[in-house]
Amino acid sequence: MSEEVKVLGNWGSCFSRRVELALKIKGVEYEYIEEDVYGNKSPLLLKYNPVHKKVPVLLHNGKPIAESLVIIEYIEETWKGTPILPEDPYEKAMARFWTKFVDEKCLPALWRAVWSPENEREKAVEEACKCLETLQSALNGKRFFGGDTVGLVDIAANFIGFWLRIIQEATGHGDLLSAEKFPTLFKWTDEFVSCSVVKQSLPPRDKLLAFFKARVAEANASK
Amino acid sequence: MKVECAKTMAAEEVKLLKTWSSLFGLRVVWALKLKGIQYDAIDEDLSNKSALLLQHNPVYKKIPVLVHNGKPISESLVILEYIDETWKQNPILPEDPLEKARERFWAKFNDEKLLPSIWGAFTKEGKEREEAIAAAVENLKLVEEELKGKKFFGGEKIGLADVAFGWLAYLICVFDEVTGFKIVNERYPLLLAWMQEFSQLPIAKDNCPPHDKLVIKFQALYEKHHPAK
Repeated sequence: MSEEVKVLGNWGSCFSRRVELALKIKGVEYEYIEEDVYGNKSPLLLKYNPVHKKVPVLLHNGKPIAESLVIIEYIEETWKGTPILPEDPYEKAMARFWTKFVDEKCLPALWRAVWSPENEREKAVEEACKCLETLQSALNGKRFFGGDTVGLVDIAANFIGFWLRIIQEATGHGDLLSAEKFPTLFKWTDEFVSCSVVKQSLPPRDKLLAFFKARVAEANASK
Repeated sequence: MKVECAKTMAAEEVKLLKTWSSLFGLRVVWALKLKGIQYDAIDEDLSNKSALLLQHNPVYKKIPVLVHNGKPISESLVILEYIDETWKQNPILPEDPLEKARERFWAKFNDEKLLPSIWGAFTKEGKEREEAIAAAVENLKLVEEELKGKKFFGGEKIGLADVAFGWLAYLICVFDEVTGFKIVNERYPLLLAWMQEFSQLPIAKDNCPPHDKLVIKFQALYEKHHPAK
């Protein structure tokens, strides 16, 4: 049966890359369409995500789905094979709980800490580190949040798995995620990025580093 | 083949930690009632959180928390999905993955966009309030659009999105009364009609917090956010 799967995404967006990772885990072939999220939004994007006008958007046989976590649950339900979520309803609920925690608490706190002005930095870093500590506890001796293999929480935490260390390099601040502060979470980031299916879903390191170095320079210039 | 039924053979223990007024807790009540699940309601005093709450939701220390046979689940939308997967009667989510995605998308939209914008309009002042109202208007327009040709967000019967938006059916009139400003007005006829339909459902009719008590509570909250100068 001919099946048409497209992803409207952006090369540097961790949300967009989450969707690509989920599709790769399932072995689903898809056409990727790069969106310029900083410039003009394409008619395609405005048509398929009129509510948020954002990437990622999954198009399956012409039908659009938006919001990365909603998309991943759709992917899980549509293509069987390697599971992203546990079978057991309680374990599933735990995975969804931690995924929400990453999205609603960790990521905003980390983003605030990265870009906060010097006089607010200490407090912002403290809050972000509290989130990382809590998230670390969810690993609970496992190799991945999903257990032996990458699951929903790992996918959702891709920003922490890959982007964060690169951003720390760009800003010169290493006080968020370090091996000293969060040894098991730090180890997880190594496991995450060395996973072959994850590797295929990540943006080029140099390009991402250059991108964030430019953002840091811009932020400093406007002070 | 596993047979799911409302009354299970082994002793099944369902507890719900909530408050009398929380709209998030009420969502879970609606879902449990819809499925005919017996449960113990434990109303928390959030100014003096119980040891049970702190034990069962150490991450957020918030309600609602569903405790099923001793295992706690937090975050209302996560709880709703768990309830739907555990008790199969009167499903809240459809079978079709695309329809399921639509329900989840709009439930998220309520929680992340609509509700915060209306809350902002209620609590903020000056320029921030103007911005919140503008956002709420945009969000309401989108919600109105989504209701075109439908009785409920779920179609002929309610689904996850209806449960998420359900707070509008009984709480927005409280906000109207307290602020003297009607944010969900005649510009949104489909939404107003939906609110009517929703409030007539048995789960809503029998389980909403008392209007007068809500007015007192939100009047006090309003005054707290808008101190007399």
